[in-house]
This record gives sequence, structure tokens and C-alpha cells, in this order.
Amino acid sequence: MIEIDIRKKLQSARGEFMLEIQLSIHPSEFVTLFGQSGAGKSTLLRCLSGLEAPDAGFIRVNGASWYDSKNGIMLPARLRRVGYMFQEYALFPNMSVRGNLEFALRKKADRKRVDELIELMGLGELQHRKPATLSGGQKQRVALARAMASEPGLLLLDEPFSALDHDTSIRLQAEVLRLQQHFGITSIMVSHDMGEVYRLSHRVAVLEEGRVARLGAPADVFRASAGLGNGKLSFAGEVLQIETADVVYAVTLLVGNQVFRVIASAEEVRHLKPGDRVMLMSKAFNPVLQSVTS
Amino acid sequence: MNYDLQPLFLTFRLAAVTTLILCVIGIPFAYWMAYSRTRFKPVVEALVSMPLVLPPSVLGFYLLLAFSPQNFIGQFLEHWMGLKLAFSFEGLIVASVIFSFPFMVHPVQSGFQALPVTLREAACTLGKSRWQIFLHVLLPNIKHSLLAGIVLSFAHTIGEFGVVMMIGGNLPGATRVASIAIFDEVESLNFDAANFYALVLFAVCFVILLSVYLLNRKMLMKVG
Repeated sequence: MIEIDIRKKLQSARGEFMLEIQLSIHPSEFVTLFGQSGAGKSTLLRCLSGLEAPDAGFIRVNGASWYDSKNGIMLPARLRRVGYMFQEYALFPNMSVRGNLEFALRKKADRKRVDELIELMGLGELQHRKPATLSGGQKQRVALARAMASEPGLLLLDEPFSALDHDTSIRLQAEVLRLQQHFGITSIMVSHDMGEVYRLSHRVAVLEEGRVARLGAPADVFRASAGLGNGKLSFAGEVLQIETADVVYAVTLLVGNQVFRVIASAEEVRHLKPGDRVMLMSKAFNPVLQSVTS
Repeated sequence: MNYDLQPLFLTFRLAAVTTLILCVIGIPFAYWMAYSRTRFKPVVEALVSMPLVLPPSVLGFYLLLAFSPQNFIGQFLEHWMGLKLAFSFEGLIVASVIFSFPFMVHPVQSGFQALPVTLREAACTLGKSRWQIFLHVLLPNIKHSLLAGIVLSFAHTIGEFGVVMMIGGNLPGATRVASIAIFDEVESLNFDAANFYALVLFAVCFVILLSVYLLNRKMLMKVG
């Protein structure tokens, strides 16, 4: 059980604001911190890992105090047993893939753990290569294996898929899920991709201006935010272009990697401009689902 | 013709010892400079860089004053540690270390600063101590900078003249290094001997620098 109650003053492009987070996370749970960039997601993750200190409050993990401003406790990052996956991988360039994993082992750890992880992550072919010769997806697989090699009690993922192309990202998400379930490790991920959130997390905490605005299962949270019940389709997207055609408007939207063109009324487009984030909703009484996987 | 090889040996011995000492104190110092957030850092940085701009004679003059047996520091060193630093090889080493300090610290410091912060952070979350991170993560990834620091310190010590002149003088076997010998031979109109020392220094420095650039190119091509 992880209990978080912290405050920290942050600077953002829009000025100073207060990060104020109260959150409890259950063992083996996968929780995603979702929100716009600059909402304080990464800072929260860094405070959990010990790479940054909050201004006040406490962080308790399974009864142990990692941070407590009242008692002046700040457990250093290296004693927290946290596996941290960085967006830019942070592999050690001077070590081979295997070397990276071996370096991550705790003192007196069984070296077989490295073999097990190499096997589990399918890194056998790559184990003697240096990180510079790997593709982005391969690097992130190594980073995941390395994070797990240190036998962490908590896995922190800071936008781990954002530098990868769509297909690689989907494949790696499956790997993360598999590994997370294999080790039953409590995991917290930072993301601004709804697809990732749906695929991976048990619960999502939506951060808005430093606070948890909504918390719950992804389906509930995102549906609630769209104000819709079951049986209706809703997608988050971005406005690319607005054109007029007589009395109606044609709005071009980017949803995921797909571009849609929809008809909108003058009322709907009144407050829209290209670049705005929107929800695209539709009543779907009889949607057609067709498999496209070969 | 037979030339006295002693000044050359002395020069290379001085350069080697100086470089070794600079490795031991300069690299940790560069690490501190790269990551410290103290308010006094600009002051320290300015002090470290002083030998780059000061005439060597200024440094030599003050060191000579400090090392003088009439002075407190000189007295202390001689009385308690049996060290006589004015006009001695040991004195030259101390002066060279100070004089070549920025040549070791600057490249190594930039090397540390150019490394992504996440490397240190990743090692930190993996439970590694500061010393382990320094030894296994940071140092191996700044090999180019270390090489640059070592070569520059070595070559710069070979090229030292003013400081040696001020605090070393021209004692054969103790402080008569090659650069001084050249000056001395020219003064005595022995151009052949001067030319010999000059040519050896020229050739050695050229070969050292050439091998560094060739090595760097090879390492870069291997990575890229």
C-alpha cells in the first residue's frame, strides 16, 4: 500500500502553481497519472523515486516512511528500491545490454535473474550489443529489463512509450503488461495517451493544475468526463482544420493516428479553433466492428 | 655530437608526475565543479582558470615568495615535512600542478556536464552509491574528455617555462628542464644543442597530439 500526501510549489509556462496530491495505491495495482504536460505528473513520479523532494507532506510505502516533512525524513533514491523507466531510456552507453542488467543487480543478488530477464524480454540476440546500436523499441525493452533487474518493489514509468512509433509502442505496452503481471509489481506510469491508459492501467488519476481532478477505472473516468453512458462512442481528438460549406461546417480532426472529417453546426464550431482538444461523440445504435488483424 | 639528455628526462619526469597528481586531484575536483551548486562556484571557477590568463611569472613570483624559507609556509614545509620547495624538483611539481590545473579540470568538467542527467538518476534509482556511479557510469562515458585532460596537462607541463624559471632556476638534474636548457644554450650561443632539445620537444609533442587526434577519430567512427 502506497500512501501519498504531498505538496510542492512548481513553475510552469503559465506561472507558479501548487502540486497537491493525495493518492493511495494498492499492492500490484497499475495506476496511470494522466494529464496535460506541465500538470505535475513527472514531478510526482520523481518525488516518489526520491530524485526530487516535495516541500511538505508524506509518502508511506507499506508502512515505511519514504518522506515525511514533519519528522525530517527523506529516504535517498538509492535506498527506495524503485524501478524507474525514463522516456529517453537512460541506458549506460559503456555497458552491453547484459552489462546494463548486471550493473542493476543488488548486492548478493542471484545472477540468474539477468538470464531470466534476458529470456523473458527476448533480449538473447542483443545481449552483447551496446545501447548505441539498438533501435528505440529495443532500448526501451532493455530499460524495462534493467529496471526489473534491481528487484524493485515499485515500478515507475515516465512516458516510456512517447518516443516510439505506434506499432513498437503497442508491442512494448504488451511487454510491460506481461512483466507487470508476471512479477505482480505495483506500477505507476505517467502518460498523456488515452490508448496506453486503457490498455495498461487499473486506475487512472487525471491531474489538472497540480491536483487529482478525477480518479477511477479508465473507462469510467474518461466516459464520465465526456458525460456519456454506455452505447455511445467517444474519442479524444484535436482540431486540425475548420471549413465552411454554406450553413454547415466541416471539421477535420486528428484522433489517435487517424484523420476524420465531420460535419458540425455553427453553434458547435463557435468556440473552436485549430489545435483545440475536443471530444468526438456519436450515438452508435448499430456500430460495425470489423477485424483488421491478419 | 653528444648532448646532455638529462634536461629531457627531467622534463618528461616532471610532466609524468604532474599528470599523475592531476589525475588524482583534478578529476574528483572536476566532478565537484560539474555538479556542485554552491554559491561560491564562480569564485572557484575563476581561481582555477587564473593560470590560463596570468603571466607565468606572476604565479612563479608568488610561489617563490611562499616557498621561501623566510616565509611561514616555506618554514612550515621545511621544518615539519622536510620539504624544500624553492629551487627543487619537488617545487617544480607543485608549481606545475597548479599551473596545469585548468588543463585537466576544464575538459573533464565539460565531459561530466555533457552527460545526460538521467544516467546518474538511473544509476541512483538502481541503488548505486555515489562512488559506484562515478567509477562505473560517469568515468567510462567521458573517456574522450579524460584523454584530452591527460594529454593537455602532460603537453602543457612540457611547455612550461616562466614558472620554472622563477622558482626552479637552472640546476642541472634538479630543475634544468628542456625548455630552460634551450634558453640557456641559446644564451651561450650553442645553437646546435638548443636545436637538439627544441627538435625533440617539437617531435614528441607532435606525436602525442597526433596520436590523440587519430585515436579520437577511430573512437568516433566506431560509435558513429
